[in-house]
Amino acid sequence: MLSWLPENISTYGAEIDSYFYLIYYITLVAFYLVAAAMVIFMIKYRRRDGVPAKYHHGHTGLEITWTALTAVTLLTLAFMGKPLWTKIKQDMPPYEIQVQVTGKQFNWEILYPGPDGEFGTQDDLELENMLHVPVDKVVRVILTSKDVIHSFFVPVLRLKQDTLPGRKIDAWFEATKPGRYEMPCAEMCGFGHSGMLGYLIVHTHEDYEAWVQKNWPESKMASKIEHGSES
Amino acid sequence: MAESAVAIDAHEVQAHEEPGFVSTYIFSTDHKMIAKQFLFFGLFMMIIGGSLAMMVRWQLGYPEQPLPVVGVSQEFLETDEPQTAMDRMWQEWDEEGTENWLVENMPYGVMTAAFYNMLFTMHATLMIFFVIMPILVGCFGNYLIPLMIGARDMAFPMLNMLSFWIGAVSGIVMLAGFFVSGGHAATGWTAYAPLSSDPMWTGVDWGQNLWCMSIIILAFSSMMGAINYITTVINMRAPGMTFMRMPLVIWSLLIVAILLLLALPVLTSALALLLFDRMAGTSFFSPAGGGDPLLWQHLFWFFGHPEVYVLIVPAMGMVSDILSVFSRKPVFGYHAMVYAMLSIAFLGWIVWGHHMFMSGMNPALGMAFMLSTMVIAVPSAIKTFNWLGTLWGGSIHYTTPMLNALAFVAMFVIGGLSGIHMAITPVDIFIHDTYYIVAHIHYVVFGGSIFGMFAGLYYWFPKMFGRVMNEPLGKAHFWLTFLFYNCTFIPMHLLGVAGHMRRIYNPMQYEFLQHLQPMNEFITVSSFCLGAAQLLLVFNFCWSLYRGKKAGRNPWQANTLEWAAPSPPPHGNWGDTLPTVYRGPYEYSSPEVTEDWLPQDKQLAPATADA
Repeated sequence: MLSWLPENISTYGAEIDSYFYLIYYITLVAFYLVAAAMVIFMIKYRRRDGVPAKYHHGHTGLEITWTALTAVTLLTLAFMGKPLWTKIKQDMPPYEIQVQVTGKQFNWEILYPGPDGEFGTQDDLELENMLHVPVDKVVRVILTSKDVIHSFFVPVLRLKQDTLPGRKIDAWFEATKPGRYEMPCAEMCGFGHSGMLGYLIVHTHEDYEAWVQKNWPESKMASKIEHGSES
Repeated sequence: MAESAVAIDAHEVQAHEEPGFVSTYIFSTDHKMIAKQFLFFGLFMMIIGGSLAMMVRWQLGYPEQPLPVVGVSQEFLETDEPQTAMDRMWQEWDEEGTENWLVENMPYGVMTAAFYNMLFTMHATLMIFFVIMPILVGCFGNYLIPLMIGARDMAFPMLNMLSFWIGAVSGIVMLAGFFVSGGHAATGWTAYAPLSSDPMWTGVDWGQNLWCMSIIILAFSSMMGAINYITTVINMRAPGMTFMRMPLVIWSLLIVAILLLLALPVLTSALALLLFDRMAGTSFFSPAGGGDPLLWQHLFWFFGHPEVYVLIVPAMGMVSDILSVFSRKPVFGYHAMVYAMLSIAFLGWIVWGHHMFMSGMNPALGMAFMLSTMVIAVPSAIKTFNWLGTLWGGSIHYTTPMLNALAFVAMFVIGGLSGIHMAITPVDIFIHDTYYIVAHIHYVVFGGSIFGMFAGLYYWFPKMFGRVMNEPLGKAHFWLTFLFYNCTFIPMHLLGVAGHMRRIYNPMQYEFLQHLQPMNEFITVSSFCLGAAQLLLVFNFCWSLYRGKKAGRNPWQANTLEWAAPSPPPHGNWGDTLPTVYRGPYEYSSPEVTEDWLPQDKQLAPATADA
C-alpha cells in the first residue's frame, strides 16, 4: 500500500515514511491475526447439529494479558514517535533561508525578506505561488494567513501545517533534490479551495544564486544572505 | 423505588383509554411509536444524505462532467445540437437567461465548486446528526431501553415526544437551508472559523445560519432524550434487573446519553458564538477583532470527539448482544465490556486535540493528545478481543443480523487500526486532511455504525413490527453492501497515501493526483452500486412490514426481556405484571436447562435460581 506514497525529497521525509511503514506493518499483522482468528472461529464454530456452544463467560487472565499487551504496544509507538515530531515541529534547526508564506483565498503569497534579511522593508520580494529554494539548505517558512485557515502542504516534503489568520507559525524543511513540485492547500478554504496550488522550485546552488541575482532587488547583497549570516 | 414506580405505572395503564389517531401515530408519548418515528425520520434523511454522497462521488469520478439525468448530453457538448429533453431545457434557459436553483448550482448539469462544497458538508451533517444519531440513539434507545430493562415506558413520556418533534423541527430547518439564496452551509461539517464565521468568505449567508440554528435545536432534542434515557435506566429497571444484569446495549445507550448530556452544551455554546459572529458582528473566532480561530476548533472537537463515540458505542452494544445470541454463547468478558465502555466515556473527553495536530495548536500538546489517544484505543481493542472470544466455541447461526454484526467487527477493526496511523503525530503530518482520514471515518461510521445499525434493524424488526424481514433478501443486501462498501472505501486509503487531499472539487487540477483518476472512477462506480444495493433494504423493509413472516414473541430464541413481550408489544409493554429478572442477559447454552437459551425472566427451581 505504501508504495503509493509520492516521492520524498526532504531530509526528514524518509523518517516519516519509515515510521509510517513501521505502524503499517504492526497494524497489518494485528489485522491479519484478528481476521484469521475471526475466520477460523467462523468456520470452526459454525452451527452443527448436536454440537452445543461452550457455556463460557470469559477469562480474566486473558483480559489482563491483551489489555496490557495492547497498552504497552500503543504507548511504545507513541513514545517512539515523539523525537521525530519534536524534530519536525518544535526544534527549529539553524536556517539559511527564510521566507514567509501567506495563505489567502485562493493563492499562496510568498515573501522573501530581500538582501537585508528583514521582512517588512523596501527590498522584500513578493511572488505568487512560486516558492524558490536552494537544495540542501534549511529553509524556515513563516506561515500565516490573510483571511481564513489554509493548510500549507508539500506532499514531496512530507510537510503540512495549517496557516492561521492572526498567527505566525514556523515550519522548516531541507529539500534534497532539485525540481518543481506541487504545493496545494490542504484545508478547505472556500469555493476556490480546489486548485489553490503553488509550486515549490528547488534549485541547485548555482541556479538559486542565478535566480537571486536576477530577481531580488539589489541582488548583489544576496550572496551575503546565502552564506548564512543569519544563523 | 422500582416497586412504587411499577404500581403507579400499572394503575395508569389500566386507566388508559383507547387513544385516537393523532395521539397514537403523531403526537404519541409511547416510547415504541417515538422510536419508529425516529427510525423513519432517520431513514428518510439517509436517502437524502446518501444521494448527496453519490453526487460528490460523481464529481470526483467524472470531474466537471454533466450529471446524469439533469445534465446535458455529451453529444450536445460536442456538437451544440440538442439531443435530449434536458439539452433543450438547458438551451432554452440559457437563451432566456433564466435564473433558478439548477442554473445557479449546476449550469448545464455541471456542479459548481461552491455547490460541491455544500454537498460534502451536508452529506456529513445529515449522516451524523440526522441519520446515525436519530436511528442508533433515537430509535434504538427509545425502543430498547424500556423493553430491555422491563419498564412500561420512558421516565418522561411527554419529554420523549417533545424530543422527537423538536428533532423534526430541526430537520425541517436543516432541509430549508437547501433552498435559501446563497445555498446551504459549505464549510464542511466541522465549520471551521473564520471561514464559517463571516459570510464574505463563502458567499453563503442564511444557509450557514440555518445550519447553526438547526443543530442548536437538535441539541435540545438530544438533551431531552439523554435526560430521559439516564433517568429511565437508573430508576425504572424491573425487579432483579441490577446494573450488572443489564444487556450491553443498554449500558452503551446509558453511556451515550451521558456523553450527549455533557457534550452537547459545549457545541450549543460554540454554535451560539458562531451565530453571534455571523449575525451580530462579534468576533469570537476572528482575529481581526481579537478572537481566535482555534477557539472554535477546541470547542467543536471537545464536543466532536465524544460525538464520535456517540455514533459508535450504541452499535458496539447492539453488536455485542447480537453476537452472543447467534453464537448461542454468553458474551465473553461481560464486565470487561462494561468497563471498556465506561473508560471510553471518560477518556473520550481528553483526546479532542488529535483532530488538531496540524492546526497550529502548540506542538507540545500534540504529544499529550497522542498519548491519551493511544490509551483510548485500548478499550476498543479489549472489546474487539471479547467479540472474538464470544465467537470462540460458539454455535454460530449465520442470520442476516449476525452477518451484519460480524461485518461490524471486521470493519471496526480496520477503522480502529487505521486510526492509529493518524494518532501518531509524525505520520499524521502527511496523512492529515487526506483521503486516509476519509477512509478511516467511513470505516468507523459506515463499517461500524451503519453495519451495526443494519444488524440492529434486522434483529429488532420482528419485535418492532411483528414480522420477520425476508432472510434471502436480507442476505443479498448484506453481501452486496459488504462488497461494494469495501470497493468504495478500501481504495480511499491508497488515495490518502498518495497525498489526495480531502474536500477538493477536482483532483485533475493537480499533476500529482492525475494518475489516481482511474481509482477515483472505480470508487465512484462502486459507490453507485453501494447506493443501489440499499434499494434491496428499502424493498425488504416495506415488503416485510406487510408480508413478512409473523414473528411470534421470540423468533431468535433470545434471552433479553424485550422478547418476553408480544411482538409488537402493546402500550405499557407487559400486561398486568412486570417481568422479574433472575439472571444476566447472556445465559445461552447454560447447563441448567436443556434448550440453549435461558431468558432473564424465567424462574427456575429455587435451588438453581441464582445462577
